[in-house]
Amino acid sequence: MLRRARLYHFGIFILPALTLMAIFVMYPTLRTVFLSFIGEDGSFTLSNYTEVLRSRDIFNPGGYEGEFPFGALIHNAMWIAIHLPITTFLGLFLATFLRNVKGGGIIKSIIFLGMVMPMIVGGIMIRFMFDGSVGVVNMVMGFFGMHTQTWTAYPETALFSLIFGSVWLWAGFSMILYSAGLETIPNMYYEAARIDGASRIKMFFKITIPLLKPITVVVVTMTLLWELKIFDIVYVATMGGPGGSSNVLALQMYLYGFREWNAEKAAVVAVLITLFTLVAAIPLIRSAGDEAE
Amino acid sequence: MRKKTFEKIAFSTIGWFIGLVWILPVMGILMTAIRPYSEVIDGWWRFDSFNPTFSNFINALTHPTASMLEGMVNSLIIAVPATILPLLLATIAGYGISRYKFPFRKSLVVAVVLTLALPQQMIAVPLFSIMSNLGLVDTYAALILVHTAWGIPWITFFMRNYFKTLPNDMEEAARIDGATDFQIFYRVVLPNAFPAIASASALQFTWVWSDFFLALILIYSPDRILATQRVPLMRGQYHVDWGLLSAASILVMIVPILIYIFLQRYYVRGMVGWSGK
Repeated sequence: MLRRARLYHFGIFILPALTLMAIFVMYPTLRTVFLSFIGEDGSFTLSNYTEVLRSRDIFNPGGYEGEFPFGALIHNAMWIAIHLPITTFLGLFLATFLRNVKGGGIIKSIIFLGMVMPMIVGGIMIRFMFDGSVGVVNMVMGFFGMHTQTWTAYPETALFSLIFGSVWLWAGFSMILYSAGLETIPNMYYEAARIDGASRIKMFFKITIPLLKPITVVVVTMTLLWELKIFDIVYVATMGGPGGSSNVLALQMYLYGFREWNAEKAAVVAVLITLFTLVAAIPLIRSAGDEAE
Repeated sequence: MRKKTFEKIAFSTIGWFIGLVWILPVMGILMTAIRPYSEVIDGWWRFDSFNPTFSNFINALTHPTASMLEGMVNSLIIAVPATILPLLLATIAGYGISRYKFPFRKSLVVAVVLTLALPQQMIAVPLFSIMSNLGLVDTYAALILVHTAWGIPWITFFMRNYFKTLPNDMEEAARIDGATDFQIFYRVVLPNAFPAIASASALQFTWVWSDFFLALILIYSPDRILATQRVPLMRGQYHVDWGLLSAASILVMIVPILIYIFLQRYYVRGMVGWSGK
């Protein structure tokens, strides 16, 4: 009886959703893994992986005479190395700082705009900021008498322009999460610390940061996923150029799969991105598993 | 006391300065969109002459090869069903997971989180094959189906988390009165779930509207492509026509921004709840 009730509930509540997911998400995922191991003659092989990992599009640590491009894999790694710490700390700083500012809510909404706009528009904005004649970055640099140019058009600066532009887009995410987290810290902790004579900086490091740790885990995980999946911004701002110097994995997958129509090489790149995102998501998966107990 | 006021003023000044820096790129796009290109060629921040005009917007909306008006209508045709369908299916699934015991319930939850990590690139190539086997490539049905399937995991997870916070008492009472599972769901559960449904709808609609990658691989006819796909086409061949490009960007961006402004409460709650739990 109990078993039949279970089946019945599974059938009416879960099955419709699960069917669609199975056809359009799970099957294609497994199929991509399969494709990545299939050679030209249809047999099992690892040669797709060796070919892709040896390709200069993906991994080119020597660069072009020591300059960009270094390959999509290294570009993604650079993106993470620069973007992750900056956005995380900036978000925490903004959330803490703007709490004490009159009209902080409005300023937060302005900063959060970057999260609301479609990424494709975000890419246009970044291209616009760094433009040689109309860009605001050059306005500031020109004001200080520095050299001005279209920063996304040169191999040495294209990737860095995109990365710093994406800080502008993404900082709102960690700021909003940290703001929500700050609201949950009871005020009495701070009052007690104040009575004990703790300084504001000490309170920040001894109370705020430890209590925000669960939020930090989410912020870091989500930011990593975003950085690994980055596509629209690069597509519209530079198309990975010039000469591949701002190429990233997701874009290279698209180029292999839908410009060169090489399904196997595209599958390999997709599997690589997924491996990285799965590793990044481990804390989230673990906590979801524990909680489902 | 005096020190306190000084500190407050200093904090506010720095805070508003940060806000100003942050909004500069958006201001730039806006100024470039509403002014003739000859005025902004040396920088949109120069106001020697200032003649606001709608011509960039009109040109973008009626662009001969990539009309934004057509694109926005297309995006709407996709985004409305691609919000309603997954919400319906995932709310039911999320409720089921939160209330009934199944075999592999735990693995189901883990699987849902796994799909959150999945990049769209992972499904792209086989998806294209499936759709061409079904004869659905370059149709809206294909994109609506994929967005529905793609939205289901996170909405299910989101709704499950919400239902777990709702007490079971009313449902039990209804059950004792002889209501069926579906009566309970429609009469008791759904009305209580309104805030969560509003949050999830706002986010799902925004994501479908903003999507670029899935549209890029599935839709390619010039008259069918979506608003986001038309923005890159606004770039001129030999020089960037910033007036046109800015106007098109604003047109695409205005929809999610309006949703954000009107549903701010739900939007932020959704974002925090979705990633916080």
